[in-house]
Amino acid sequence: MEQASPDPERQLQPGLLEPLGRSDAGLGVAVDEEVEGAREEGSGGDTMTHNNFWLKKIEISVSEAEKRTGRNAMNMQETYTAYLIETRSVEHTDGQSVLTDSLWRRYSEFELLRNYLLVYYPHIVVPPLPEKRAEFVWHKLSADNMDPDFVERRRIGLENFLLRIASHPILCRDKIFYLFLTQEGNWKESVNETGFQLKADSRLKALNATFRVKNPDKRFTDLKHYSDELQSVISHLLRVRARVADRLYGVYKVHGNYGRVFSEWSAIEKEMGDGLQSAGHHMDVYASSIDDILEDEEHYADQLKEYLFYAEALRAVCRKHELMQYDLEIAAQDLASKKQQCEELATGTVRTFSLKGMTTKLFGQETPEQREARIKVLEEQINEGEQQLKSKNLEGREFVKNAWADIERFKEQKNRDLKEALISYAVMQISMCKKGIQVWTNAKECFSKM
Amino acid sequence: MARSFGDKDLILPNGGTPAGTSSPASSSSLLNRLQLDDDIDGETRDLFVVVDDPKKHVCTMETYITYRITTKSTRVEFDLPEYSVRRRYQDFDWLRSKLEESQPTHLIPPLPEKFVVKGVVDRFSEEFVETRRKALDKFLKRITDHPVLSFNEHFNIFLTAKDLNIYKKQGIALLTRMGESVKHVTGGYKLRMRPLEFAAIGDYLDTFALKLGTIDRIAQRIIKEEIEYLVELREYGPVYSTWSALEGELAEPLEGVSACIGNCSTALEELTDDMTEDFLPVLREYILYSDSMKSVLKKRDQVQAEYEAKLEAVALRKEDRPKVPADVEKCQDRMECFNADLKADMERWQNNKRQDFRQLLMGMADKNIQYYEKCLMAWESIIPLLQEKQEAKKESRFLDGPRK
Repeated sequence: MEQASPDPERQLQPGLLEPLGRSDAGLGVAVDEEVEGAREEGSGGDTMTHNNFWLKKIEISVSEAEKRTGRNAMNMQETYTAYLIETRSVEHTDGQSVLTDSLWRRYSEFELLRNYLLVYYPHIVVPPLPEKRAEFVWHKLSADNMDPDFVERRRIGLENFLLRIASHPILCRDKIFYLFLTQEGNWKESVNETGFQLKADSRLKALNATFRVKNPDKRFTDLKHYSDELQSVISHLLRVRARVADRLYGVYKVHGNYGRVFSEWSAIEKEMGDGLQSAGHHMDVYASSIDDILEDEEHYADQLKEYLFYAEALRAVCRKHELMQYDLEIAAQDLASKKQQCEELATGTVRTFSLKGMTTKLFGQETPEQREARIKVLEEQINEGEQQLKSKNLEGREFVKNAWADIERFKEQKNRDLKEALISYAVMQISMCKKGIQVWTNAKECFSKM
Repeated sequence: MARSFGDKDLILPNGGTPAGTSSPASSSSLLNRLQLDDDIDGETRDLFVVVDDPKKHVCTMETYITYRITTKSTRVEFDLPEYSVRRRYQDFDWLRSKLEESQPTHLIPPLPEKFVVKGVVDRFSEEFVETRRKALDKFLKRITDHPVLSFNEHFNIFLTAKDLNIYKKQGIALLTRMGESVKHVTGGYKLRMRPLEFAAIGDYLDTFALKLGTIDRIAQRIIKEEIEYLVELREYGPVYSTWSALEGELAEPLEGVSACIGNCSTALEELTDDMTEDFLPVLREYILYSDSMKSVLKKRDQVQAEYEAKLEAVALRKEDRPKVPADVEKCQDRMECFNADLKADMERWQNNKRQDFRQLLMGMADKNIQYYEKCLMAWESIIPLLQEKQEAKKESRFLDGPRK
């Protein structure tokens, strides 16, 4: 499987490090023109994309969010937020972009798209959606889904989700994804027509397989442990970070009280008055600076959250492998027992207990013709079983190969993204320190004039 | 060179011996340790006092701390050019009450609080002792700076006596003329009208104490919030370490962030310690100062009241004495001296206050600047670490397959 797509070309503002998904202009995606006719596993022939569309560079952006009221499935009034998705194609020659599609989608439609992708691309680490409800909030941040800051961060998260899919070499070719961007009405019907809900593995089956599988590929077992631990450590990190933000907020805001008391004090002083008064002003500046600082930090938290949710996507791939492996083991087991039955019938020895054997003992032997018939049936079943086992084996190996290729791709992406996130976090801290130094230096100067 | 009196001949209460003797400060280092403030009176200094070298004394009945007081002076009131004695808090307290008694028309600087109200503080901890030492040093320096108080006999004895207890016991009355006279001022007279300037001083002190109280509360609250922030930081940093152990290429960057947060935590701890030890005590001192000043103002009011009452009594007696009786004259004298002393002290106090607060607040700003500079350095230093290409680094246990 080729790793066709290069890194998304970013349209950076000069001199700024723009973390993924931050840019308001959206990111451009170039799809390798040479890759054609690449097969997507699991998606039938009619979900092949319209080739011409993907030969041009496209830009996707979730540019607006709007509160709407409508009627839900139970015909009750509800309020929800709709997001405007704009797709632009960029001409190679002059770099100008032309708006080709523009439609509104709500969060539940994004969910539907993702669920579809999970079923049809079980070997892919499917990008996660931004959180449905605000979690890991520190007290000043609203946990309300309608809060404009939450909506704004979600808008960015949804844009990021679409860009991740568009830059994935396999997912970007999916027709349902294409339709999501281009076909406003009837899209839901199109998704449901694929019948993906039926193809989905039952949760129960998956759980059963996880417990009972005997020989999963060790790499997947390790990967499962990794994703569990990653999830745990990032959750912990986000929780503590929220508390740290809370405390930092408190420290800054209390300094604002100095502003007021210095002002009051300066009223009774002669020579000291001016210095005190102006220093008080700087304390007010200090106290109010924390709001912007913490707002910026939320973006860092969002980047971490994405990878928290990615851990679940990793686990989903592992689960699929376990399911397939378990399926294989059961089929092999089944085949082995049939072969044994056949052998016993043929040689007349009964080594294993069977009901048929018991009844035969109790009610008399079966005729040779009957036995021949049974052997024939079994032989047919064994033949079929061997074919199935072969194809299951092949399937399993293909899955492992493809999944592992995507996991490697994911690993590279993760290391890149998280490194960048850490850098931007450090940059934020540096900026906060510099602001602090500036304010206190100003205050010190005011004090020196007292 | 200067001879030292103090340690060799020092007799401690309860017959204890000093925990350790130390040689007196040499002249140069003594001068180095002195803060040569701006000379307000324009006189060249001829008296230098330093409080240092706290030592713990463990005796059968009690444990306590003594401080070394080193005095250098060319004044005639001192027999020797240099003295070194050891004093404990009790002795400072004695000095202060003697000064209040003998110089009631002057503002006596405050002492640090006698008892530790917040129970958790260990009064033998290094930080507490150092904070107290600084306050006691400030106390003596303020007296040294005062043109009248510095010549007070009790002060002299405090600086020079080998055994202070002898003087304490003998209760030598070294009251000044003023002290003597004000001592006998009877209260209970109602003041007719307070002169504007003293009323203004009273109002000022009221508001001043109020504002200082507010600032004290704010500062305490900030320290409390900073400590709680520190607690969270100390949990936050190590989580990056835990994460680093799971990763391959990200291991070093994550570990770097963890260490960085650790450095910031340490810097924050230093900030809160500094504020607690250097900032808060000085604030409290000034609150105590304004309290004691208020009581001096009250005394002044009483002196004026007495004078006015006596004057009125004379007027009412209708004796055709053109001359004012001697005792009324004495009252007037007393009042006018008091007013003059107080005015002069207030001016001196205002100037000192301005300098003290200027220094205090600049110090607070400085400490915050230093804190941010330490954090800045930490974060700037890991940027290259985060940016570098991780070549042939250790492989993640999970994603890179078995190690070769």
